[in-house]
Amino acid sequence: MQRLTAESVTLAYDRRVIAEELSVGIPDNSFTVIVGPNACGKSTLLRALSRMLKPTQGRVLLDGQTIHSMPAKKVARTLGLLPQSSVAPDGITVEDLVARGRYPHQGLLRQWSPEDERIVQESMAATGVAELADRYVDELSGGQRQRVWIAMALAQQTPLLLLDEPTTFLDIQHQLEILDLCAELHETQGRTLVAVLHDLNQAARYATHLVAMRGGKIAAEGAPAEVVTAELVERVFGVRAQVIDDPETGTPLVVPLARRGRAADTPRPAASGAAAAAS
Amino acid sequence: MKAVKAIRTPGGLSVRVDPRAALVGLLLLAAALAVAVVLVGSGDFPMTPGEVVATLLGDGTPAQEFIVRDVRLPRVLVALLVGAALAVGGALFQSISRNPLGSPDVLGFGQGSTVGALTVIVLFKGDAFATAGGAIVGGLVTGAVVYVLAWKRGVHGYRLVLIGIGIAAMLTGAIHYLITKANLVDATRAVVWMTGSLDGRDWSQFWPLLAVCAVLVPLSLAYGRPLRMLEMGDDAAYALGIRVERTRAVLMGSAVLLTAVATAAAGPIVFVALSAPQLARRLTRSPGPNLAASAVMGAALLVVADWVATSAFGDRQLPVGVVTGVLGGVYLLWLLVTERKAGRI
Repeated sequence: MQRLTAESVTLAYDRRVIAEELSVGIPDNSFTVIVGPNACGKSTLLRALSRMLKPTQGRVLLDGQTIHSMPAKKVARTLGLLPQSSVAPDGITVEDLVARGRYPHQGLLRQWSPEDERIVQESMAATGVAELADRYVDELSGGQRQRVWIAMALAQQTPLLLLDEPTTFLDIQHQLEILDLCAELHETQGRTLVAVLHDLNQAARYATHLVAMRGGKIAAEGAPAEVVTAELVERVFGVRAQVIDDPETGTPLVVPLARRGRAADTPRPAASGAAAAAS
Repeated sequence: MKAVKAIRTPGGLSVRVDPRAALVGLLLLAAALAVAVVLVGSGDFPMTPGEVVATLLGDGTPAQEFIVRDVRLPRVLVALLVGAALAVGGALFQSISRNPLGSPDVLGFGQGSTVGALTVIVLFKGDAFATAGGAIVGGLVTGAVVYVLAWKRGVHGYRLVLIGIGIAAMLTGAIHYLITKANLVDATRAVVWMTGSLDGRDWSQFWPLLAVCAVLVPLSLAYGRPLRMLEMGDDAAYALGIRVERTRAVLMGSAVLLTAVATAAAGPIVFVALSAPQLARRLTRSPGPNLAASAVMGAALLVVADWVATSAFGDRQLPVGVVTGVLGGVYLLWLLVTERKAGRI
């Protein structure tokens, strides 16, 4: 089943066309990751799926309805989004920011129900920011801040959550922390996650469904183990690489070939024997 | 550290109240009304605050009745409303542009209203009523021009501020041109209008102002929650189900109109729009546009400034615009210095 699909959409900023006749479906309960080289249209596709960019042709469907003609708040109760850049208002506390995620469930005279309160506390606990509740967001580190934004998106309580490059600007430790958090949300809460990621190896490790894009088109899609091959990496990213098994998880691991003359003297291990060769 | 309280009814309705913001708002309102009473009692025919209140309740002598009802009360009420309208307009613009400098008097709306008013005074020899109309038209046209020029896939903060400053500079040129074209009588009228004054304001200024405020202030307050979400960026607001462009268009229209009618009633009184929202915010210590607190802060600022202008220098009365200009100039310098230290400009 696919609650969120794009049907032959043409995506453009002003007159600059990014993608034409693009069709893609997000499998329910998947952790879908969209990868591709810079300017391949992956963030644009995510913007279209989250109804921030209106396709010039075709349509994006959410539960069978055209997403752009649905009431904005109704969409916001089904589909959450973690944008690439958000601004924390000056002097706002973590708890107040997370509480803003409840907005689509509230009204002018229904501003704060006991349920709102409970969900905000749960969202902060799930992302490990509960002990920061009274701190000001401006005082936090980059990794903590990103977890606060994710907590806000969680408080929105949407079955679908889209994340636009959630690990950009974070160091490797915090990148892994955020991705582990996403994987946990996907597994324990059964949410459908869609993320745009830069790092192909991280994508292969965490995704249950991978969408590879190039030049505004879908180059391949499916389970990472099937999709990520040396041939695909060269075709999509223009990088010659060997693909071995990740010694930790057994998922595909992309190792770019060394520049001519700089390879190690030892013969290259065959793809399947990678784990043994690495140790 | 904030303690936002929720007030709930058995029917499942609830509102969120920040106790500190509510207290600040009530204290400011009390201060504004107290100064207003003092202001009604001061002048060539002085009255104690007790006499003023008694007269307002209908227990005054005929002379007191006349002074209060026909002369001073409308002027003070105009001051309260002008202050509130300017402050709400300022708070809306600062929030939309996400910049404390993005207030209507920096963006050229005051100058736009001035060009409209001077055009009526100098070119058409219009009366006070026509001048007010010219000021409103000038303000609205300026608002529309700034909006169209700043529009490119949404109005963004810095573009709005930069375009507004450019427009303000051009309009200042137009103002000087109009004054050089005027004869002595018209030029004097023009300069008096431009200073911003509450002298001689009566009920005919009050009612239209009240009508506009009665519609637009509640409308702005109702849009306060979406506006607060917009401060996190357009994408985050979209994600929460805000109709971003509509919210922004409604609130910009509301802010331009509030600023224009306030300017039409009292001339371009500077710096209230710039400073009231920031002062309110520092007192409430609450993020977000603080519209209600800004409104009472603006009303309080303007009656205090008017009291200073009329009473503090003995017999020499000043137009209120001079006082807000001097106080506001000091504030603007302080703001520029702190913004610079914070690395925001």
